[in-house]
Amino acid sequence: MTGFSAFRLLAEALRGNRGWTPHWRKAAPGSHYDVVIIGGGGHGLATAWHLARACRELRIAVLERNWIGLGNTGRNTTVIRANYLLPSNQRFYEYSLRKWESFEQDLNYNAMVSQRGVLNLWHSDGQRDAHIRRGNTIRLSGGDAELLDVAALRARYPFLDFDNARFPIKGGLWHGRGGTVRHDAVVWAYARAASDLGVDIVENCEVTGFEIEAGRCRAVQTTRGRVAAERTAICVAGSSGRLAAMAGLRLPIESHVLQAFVTEGLKPFIDDVIGFGAGHFYISQSDKGGLVFGGDLDGYNSYAQRGNLPMVRHVCAGAMALMPAIGRARLLRSWGGIMDMTMDGSPIIDRLPVEGMFLNGGWCYGGFKAIPGAGDCFARLIASGEPPPEIAAFRLDRFQRGRLIDEAGSGPRPNLH
Amino acid sequence: MRIPHPDLGLRDIEEFTCLGDACLCERPQASADHRDFCDYLYLRDNPAGPHRELWFHEHGDQSWLIVTRDTCTHEILSVEYADMRPTEGGRP
Ligand SMILES: Cc1cc2nc3c(=O)[nH]c(=O)nc-3n(C[C@H](O)[C@H](O)[C@H](O)COP(=O)(O)OP(=O)(O)OC[C@H]3O[C@@H](n4cnc5c(N)ncnc54)[C@H](O)[C@@H]3O)c2cc1C
Repeated sequence: MTGFSAFRLLAEALRGNRGWTPHWRKAAPGSHYDVVIIGGGGHGLATAWHLARACRELRIAVLERNWIGLGNTGRNTTVIRANYLLPSNQRFYEYSLRKWESFEQDLNYNAMVSQRGVLNLWHSDGQRDAHIRRGNTIRLSGGDAELLDVAALRARYPFLDFDNARFPIKGGLWHGRGGTVRHDAVVWAYARAASDLGVDIVENCEVTGFEIEAGRCRAVQTTRGRVAAERTAICVAGSSGRLAAMAGLRLPIESHVLQAFVTEGLKPFIDDVIGFGAGHFYISQSDKGGLVFGGDLDGYNSYAQRGNLPMVRHVCAGAMALMPAIGRARLLRSWGGIMDMTMDGSPIIDRLPVEGMFLNGGWCYGGFKAIPGAGDCFARLIASGEPPPEIAAFRLDRFQRGRLIDEAGSGPRPNLH
Repeated sequence: MRIPHPDLGLRDIEEFTCLGDACLCERPQASADHRDFCDYLYLRDNPAGPHRELWFHEHGDQSWLIVTRDTCTHEILSVEYADMRPTEGGRP
């Protein structure tokens, strides 16, 4: 593989672009690896790359049941941010955001990392207090947050419905280093870099079972044969529960569907990411001009990868309450992704109670932004057996220990986080 | 999606809220171990396929239903009233 550079682009343009080669090798599954990573989404591929980079001698495979990147990493609304309230979340997401800031240099890939900023609005006195507290916590932890008053917001966002009778806009918390990233490019960048370091990326290879002997996982069974592995790492987003069940485990996770939407392309008018405070609705504008937005979960367990119509209406009602102009745009597409919602709304990255098995899951709404940070930390966990400090709070036994990380404060109700 | 209510017929899901796995009805006895309570509160089978779950007919007759639904297709396989009689462990 040769790197991307301005010179290379120019040279290829003159040569009719005939010199480009596929980004990653199409590997067939081998019979034995040191580490098998299940799931070729952003998390699986980032883990593979970090692990291959740190431990060159390891033989590593990523097994993906479909084509890589067709899971949530290719279905999400691409928002990255580090504006959490609880210290263990904020510490990790800030770590991940820093990794986004160097992502394109580290991977030699244009992923259109755009720190266009994330704005969260408030509509009541109580919400104002909560946002001030959040802003202070973020700043104390070394992150960035700024309070904006209505006058500043009116100048920047003339199209918002400031005087809405039910949900008047009273102010906002601005997180300038947040933004968006081209999701598919993240998958391709990691796949290319990992493949280049010798990782086998095996597509159309579904894991169907584990061979567990005397409490130790020795191999995985797949639709393309048996693959022996010293260590097995699960990065399957909404399917964590299914994989755990194959290993005889139950997890503090329910799988739910989350929908996202995009309108026809419009001239640029939303410069950043805007979050409504009175309902779950957030929006940004893609570089093609489509308005990309999302909202709440459908609310009940689902593996269907498509949502229901009542939630379409609910999200669109949120959109209309925030910015009535959107009512003139035509909705182009909507789709759904299956997410593993945990009992406290925070992720789980840990060893599993079967020797040689590791889990990276429970990402709920927010796992895209976590990809570079979690890939690095999960690789360190797999290599050493011990979780690095950035993810030390995301352990599986925190539920038994009462150490929940419940950002929303909604208790053990996965459909409310 | 519509839920066939045992007495009220097909009702739109917007009338309901979902609480999750009906295993919440099997609350451990008060004397049970800390571990049993943790498992009860936090662990789920989370199956891809038929799932017994609790739905509350909030904007309707306020009944609690146990709906068996396929989580891959949303097909509803059966609906019954949840048993609301007190038990030794208590109710969710
Ligand atoms: C609509 C929507 C909007 C979202 N918006 C945001 C956002 O704005 N910001 C943000 O940070 N997060 C967002 N998220 C969450 C984010 O998309 C996910 O948390 C993240 O992409 C998870 O990455 P992953 O690599 O773990 O999962 P995935 O990309 O889903 O990858 C998992 C892979 O595992 C494979 N797999 C499953 N089972 C098996 C098996 N048995 N054998 C082999 N392979 C298997 C799947 O095919 C899949 O490709 C959103 C999610 C959705 C659904």
